[in-house]
Parts: sequence; C-alpha cells; structure tokens
Amino acid sequence: MTRTTNSVLPGTRTDGWRLGLQPIQLATLALAAMVALPLLVVFSGWLQPENTVWQHLVETVLTDLVLNTMVLLTGVASGVLVLGVGLAWLTTMCEFPGRRLFDWALMLPLAIPAYVLAFVAIGLFDYSGPVQTLMRNSFGNSLWFPPIRSTGGVISVMVLVLYPYVYMLARSAFITQGHGTLEAARVLGLGPWSAFFRVALPMARPAIVAGISLALMETLADFGTVAVFNYDTFTTAIYKAWFGLFNLQAASQLASLLLLFVALALFGERHLRGRARYHEGTRSGPPRRHQLSGAAAALSTFAAGGVFTLAFLLPVIQLVSWAWEVIAVDLDSRYIGLLWHTLILGAIAALLTVTGALVLAFARRLRGDRLTGSAVGVATLGYALPGSVLAVGIMLTFTGIDNFINGVARLLGQGSPGQVLGGTVVALLIAYLVRFLAVAFGPIESALSRIRHSLPEAAHSLGAGGGEVLRRIYLPLLRPGLLTAALLVLVDVMKEMPATLLLRPFGWDTLAVRIYEMTSEGEWERAALPGITLVLVGLLPVIILVRRSARRTERNDNDSEPS
Amino acid sequence: MNTLLRSLALSLVVTLATPVVLAGDTITVYSARKEHLIKPLFDAYSKHTGITIRYITDKAGPLLARLKAEGANTPADILMTVDAGNLWQAANQGAFAVVDSQTLEENIPSHLQDPDNRWFGLSVRARTIVYNTERVKDGELNSYEDLASPNWKERLCLRTSKKVYNQSLVAMMMARLGEEKTEQVVRGWVSNLATPPFSNDTKVMEAIAAGQCDAGIVNTYYFGRLLKKNPDIKLALFWPNQNDGGVHVNISGAGITRHAKNPEAAVKLLEWLSTPEAQEMFAGLNMEYPANPAVKTSPMVAAWGKFKGDSINVAEAGKRQAEAVMLMDRAGYR
Repeated sequence: MTRTTNSVLPGTRTDGWRLGLQPIQLATLALAAMVALPLLVVFSGWLQPENTVWQHLVETVLTDLVLNTMVLLTGVASGVLVLGVGLAWLTTMCEFPGRRLFDWALMLPLAIPAYVLAFVAIGLFDYSGPVQTLMRNSFGNSLWFPPIRSTGGVISVMVLVLYPYVYMLARSAFITQGHGTLEAARVLGLGPWSAFFRVALPMARPAIVAGISLALMETLADFGTVAVFNYDTFTTAIYKAWFGLFNLQAASQLASLLLLFVALALFGERHLRGRARYHEGTRSGPPRRHQLSGAAAALSTFAAGGVFTLAFLLPVIQLVSWAWEVIAVDLDSRYIGLLWHTLILGAIAALLTVTGALVLAFARRLRGDRLTGSAVGVATLGYALPGSVLAVGIMLTFTGIDNFINGVARLLGQGSPGQVLGGTVVALLIAYLVRFLAVAFGPIESALSRIRHSLPEAAHSLGAGGGEVLRRIYLPLLRPGLLTAALLVLVDVMKEMPATLLLRPFGWDTLAVRIYEMTSEGEWERAALPGITLVLVGLLPVIILVRRSARRTERNDNDSEPS
Repeated sequence: MNTLLRSLALSLVVTLATPVVLAGDTITVYSARKEHLIKPLFDAYSKHTGITIRYITDKAGPLLARLKAEGANTPADILMTVDAGNLWQAANQGAFAVVDSQTLEENIPSHLQDPDNRWFGLSVRARTIVYNTERVKDGELNSYEDLASPNWKERLCLRTSKKVYNQSLVAMMMARLGEEKTEQVVRGWVSNLATPPFSNDTKVMEAIAAGQCDAGIVNTYYFGRLLKKNPDIKLALFWPNQNDGGVHVNISGAGITRHAKNPEAAVKLLEWLSTPEAQEMFAGLNMEYPANPAVKTSPMVAAWGKFKGDSINVAEAGKRQAEAVMLMDRAGYR
C-alpha cells in the first residue's frame, strides 16, 4: 500500500500506513494459521471416503435434519433480531418505568448456559412438570397447554439465551449513534418509526449483523440444548456419525460442510454490505430519551420484565432451589480449586482473545488486500464448528506436533520427551483463542467501524505517532467494544465444555467440567451448585461493564463532553 | 489490581513451568465414568498402597480419539468407560493391550469380559421395564418385544435412540432375534409412543409417574435415584424375558492401554477393582450390580428382586452398535 493509493481513496488508509503494516499483517496471518490448522484437520476427513455412512444418512434422516436446522436458524434469527434490537431501542431511546434496571438486567441472561435454561424450561413446563400438574389438578386436564418439547419450545429457549448478543451490540451502537443524526432525520420530516427503520437501524447494521451472526453460529454449533429437547439438527448427524456409528471421518466431513455453509453466509453478508461505511456523524452526545406514557410505558415494562423473568429469574430461582438441596453434601474445599481454574482460564483467555481480535480488526481496517481479508475471515471461523469437533481438531494438531517433536528427538538420539504441548495449559488457552476469536471480533470490529478515518488522520497531522494515536484516539473510543468483547469471551470460556474436557491438564477441573459430570448422569440438582456459581461469577463482569458504561453515559448527560 | 495481576501471572508461570514429574508409582487413567463414581475408589487404593492415581474424565469418544492420536506418547495406563459398545470399539481400534491375569479371569464372569482379554467389566447395569403401578394391570407386562404390541398403543415412553444404552439394547436384540424381527419390534415401539422420546431416563420415569404414559425402558440405577428422592412414587420395575433371553445387561469396565507406561501397576489396580472389597463400593456408589458374582448387591438394589440377565457376551453390543443405530434411524426412532 502506497501513498498513491491513499490519494486515490482519500481518508481510508493513511492512519494504517503510520501504524506499521508488516507486523500487523504477520500477526494476522499467524492467527489465521492457528485457526486454520485444526480446521484443516477436520477437512482432512474427506481424504477417506465414507460412502456407507453418507448413503445411510441421505436415505434416512438427513433431509429432516437439514429442514429442522433451517427452521431453527430462521426462528432464532427473527427472535433475537426482534428481542435484541427492540429491547436495545427501548432501553436506550425511551423512558419507561424500570428502564434503568432493565438497561443492564437484560444482559444478565448471557451468564445462563443454554442447556441449563433448556432443562429448566422442560422441567417446569413439560407434562410431568409443576405447571401442567397444577393445571390438571385444577381443571382436570392440561391438553390445551402447548408442548414445550417442540420446535417452538427449542426456538424460544435459544432466543432467550442468545438475544443478549444482539441486545448488547445494538445497545452500544444506539448509544454511540448519538441523537444528532436522528434529530436531523426528524427535522427532515421522518416520523419516529421511519426514523428508526430508515436511519437508526441501517446505521447499526454492522453491530446487529455481528450479534445475529454470533447467535446463529452458536445455534448451528449447538449440541447440548437440542439434545435436551431431542430436536435433531445437523449437529445431531455429526454426533451420530461419531458416537453412534464410530466414524470420526464421516463426522469430520459433515462438520466441514457446516463450516463451509457459515463461511459462505458470512462472505455473502460482507458482499451485500459492499462498500457502505457506518461512521457516526458529528458526535452530538448520547441519545435523548423519548418519554413513554400510559399503555406504551406499561407495555414496555411488561415486555422487558417478561423477557428478564423467563430468561434469567426463572432459571436462577430453579438453580438456587436445587443447589440448596445438595449444598451441605457437595460444597467442599475442592470448589475453591474449581472456581480458581475457571476464573484464571477465563481471564487469560479473554485477554489473549481480545488482543488477537483487536489485531484482526485493525488489519481489516488498515489493509484492504485480499490476503489480509481472507486471513481475517479464516481466523474467525472457529466459532462455527460444534465444540467437540473443533476440540478434536485442536487435539489432533497438538498431538501431531508432539509426535513430530518426539520423532525428531529420537532421530537425534535424545530419547522421547513425551508430551510437550498436549495436556498443557498453553494448549487449552490456544483452543479457547481459536474457538472464541469470532466472539471478540464482532464487537471490536463494529466499534472500530464507527470511528471515522478522519479522526486518526487529524491526530497524525497534529504530529501524533502511531503508538500515540492508538493510545489516545483508538483505545478510548474502542473501550466499550473491547469491554463487551472481553466480557463475552470470559463468559463463553467459563461455560465452554468440550475443549476444556478434552484438553485440560490433570487436576485442572473447572465449574463447567463439574456441571458436565453431573448433567451427563442426569443429576441436575447436583449440577445446579456449580451452575449457579458459574452464573454468579459470570454476572460480576456484566455488572462491572454495565456500571462503567452507565457512568460514561451519565457524565455525558451532564456536561455533553465528547468522549 | 496490579498486585492481583502480578500474582495471577506468577502462579500461572509456576504452574506452567512445573515439570511433570512422574514417580514410578503413578497410574494415569482416562475415564468416561464420572469423577464422583471413581474418586472414592482411587482414594481408597492410594491409601492402601501409596500409589498415586491421576485421571481426567470426558466422554468415551473424545477420550478414545485422544488416546489413539497420542499413540506411543500417551500418558494413559488405563481407559475406563461405560457401555460395552465403547469398550469393544476401543479394543477394535487397537487401543488396548491383552491382559493375562488369573485374578481377573476368576473374578469377572466370561460374558462380561472381552473374549480376547483386552477389557473387563467392573459393574453391571440392567436396562429393564418400568411401569406405573396404578395404570398397568398384573400380567400385562411380558417382554421387550411385547411392548411393540397394539396393547401398548399410546402407552409407551422411551428415551432417545441417540443414547448408547438404547443402541446396546437394540444391538443385543439383533444378536438374539435377527435384524428383521428386531426392526419390526422397534417400529412397533415407535408407533406405540405416547409422546416423542425423552432426553434421559429420569424424564421417562417422571412422565410415567404423571400418567402421560404407562411403561418405559430404563436403567435400574436411575430408578434407584428417583426412589431415594421420592419413596412414594407410583413406579415399579419389571424383569422381562425371564423365559427366554433374560434382562438386557450392560457393563462399565476398563482395559490397559497398549502404550501404558506403568502396565504392571495398572493391571494390579484392575485386579483390585475386581475384588469383593472394591466391587461392593464400585457398584454401590451408583446403585449398580457388582460384576463379581461373589459380591452381594446393596440391600436397596437387592430389594428390586432377582432376575435372569442376558448371558450373551456383551461384546456383541459393540459389534452391532452401528447396525443398531442404522436400524433405529430406518424405523423412525429418534
């Protein structure tokens, strides 16, 4: 990239030139390679044809599984879009009773693992659960009650667990949009609804799309939740091939198709977005909230309260009451170890992953070349694979490297060093990085895309160096995005099961490991204690994040200082 | 904040830099049997012998994949899993070494171990019929196959076919009845379902107790756990097929890995696990039946009555598991 190009495309690349291109490009390629290796291992499943398994799947269940998956994706996409964007708009742009509470409380469901909500929902609302039992005792039958173990049920649970991704990203987009642009739209004659649909929503598109993609990738890769509902999706076929037909090759082939689908969808969205830019206009302070009254206010409180109750209060109450039954027996000194491992792994992984994602986001912004673009694309694919499949891909990569090292050592007559990478904390942390880069990338990239290129350029022209621009312009402006990213990764890592189970060193059990051991034995009461601990630990960062952003907003409310 | 970060970093460095020192008397176990069901036994053995046992738990599939990938570098001496299907598969993929042990031969009946001595059952679980005591009449229950008859239309609840326990049950039926007959039975079950299959045995029993259906097929220890929590529940166990093949039984078990670093000590541990002292605890922790026939079952389990169990070698379940999965897919059993 040269000066000449910069003058052709004014205002897009200048800042990158000064930040130094080579290191960032190398770092991006290194990250992409880290993700690509395990993915290649998964794709290598194609080297060995598995016709029998394919023929069987095609002849029996595959059509249904693909249809089910499509229905689930459509349902979850529309659900998280409506809930996430709707609630974010309500809490940032409108004033209604309880708004201050819901503003942060609506993020809390993020800390609830999806399979936990699934089990609680089925426990409460299925035929043998307390709700229908009560109905039968009062009215004689409960036949009119909608079955929870149904397509509608699984979609509802997924939406309630995944909407916070969209909510958080849309919320910070709406906050940073400020009121200037919207007011301009209103002055130009748009009503409140059309201002929302024609100005605010399109401007928040990168954020909303990032949120929905995360939700959909998680839906596609999910196995735990659909298993609780016995709702068969494409991942069911992957696990069937692996655990039922003992065919890891066929499972890899299926998983790689899933990956291909996600890659195409993401590429398609980028393509559709085209060259549109989403920088905020002249910064004009935080949004001015519209005071709702009467029925509108009551409805808003009811909607926000309803979502919060179903997605958070209900499961938490259920978990607490289960945990209470077993706390005397199960709460022992080993819990300190579990908690410590959970926290330290989560914190370090969050730090690493956010740093990695920051590199990727800058690389994409500063470098327009194809190589960097594809490298970034590859580096953010890890989230689309079912956790177990990715974990095996990573495990095979590490053991491959270990076996190579051992082979070389033997050739040199040094004996066998045994395991070098496999079974170490480093391996586990790399696995988290590979899996969750996409999660951190979404919020950071959408925050970055709202910073006008002229801002760092102005700083440069005032004599600031690359480091200073990063420190004094980018990082402060990116702070909400970085915090959101760190929080999402932290919570996701703490909930993560398959990679933790397969790659943890001896003795490194976490809360999620304990939850797995209990739930897989069907001992939900005993899983509730680590479960509620996980929720509480996950809540702390949410609350810290919320308080920070609330303080910032209030400060701006008071003196309209541009932040 | 800085101090905290520094101490975090320090402790991490210490953890990472600590070389993995393995004394000669350490045994490493990869286990698909959960920690709370094995740790008390390992603790007892360590106290007894001074040998350290370290382990990680995960599902059988990932553990086997890891064991195979690690090859000669694996730290694992023992692979312990539930379900004969998984053990058979591990043996079939060459993960186990042949063990020549007089003690294990004497303690574990031959149909509960690998014909080629690569794995040994350590506990037995029965997968039997459970029914609602108020809604099922005496003499109505008979065999697994009979649950496919029109008498049970809209009265049956089942767990998902994706659970290995059901795959083994169907695989063993195939061994006894042949593929065609078994498929008819499974199709019959599916058409008798009162509600779509559940994700676990406990939910099946709760539905039966609530009257959503009248009978189902579950592992006995789940029944035991439910009974402990709710002694008045209107459920009872029925032992089917007492005049022919017997109740479907499965095992949890273990084998010595092919590249074990400490095979002699590992074999000794397996031998100890098959002795009456350990067997009582091994089965008792999970309300299962001991694999060693000389050991008494716990009083609560014994109260469910004696039964004739299937005596075909459990290895059949592994051999036919893939076929069983395909059969259930064809029959529309989700």
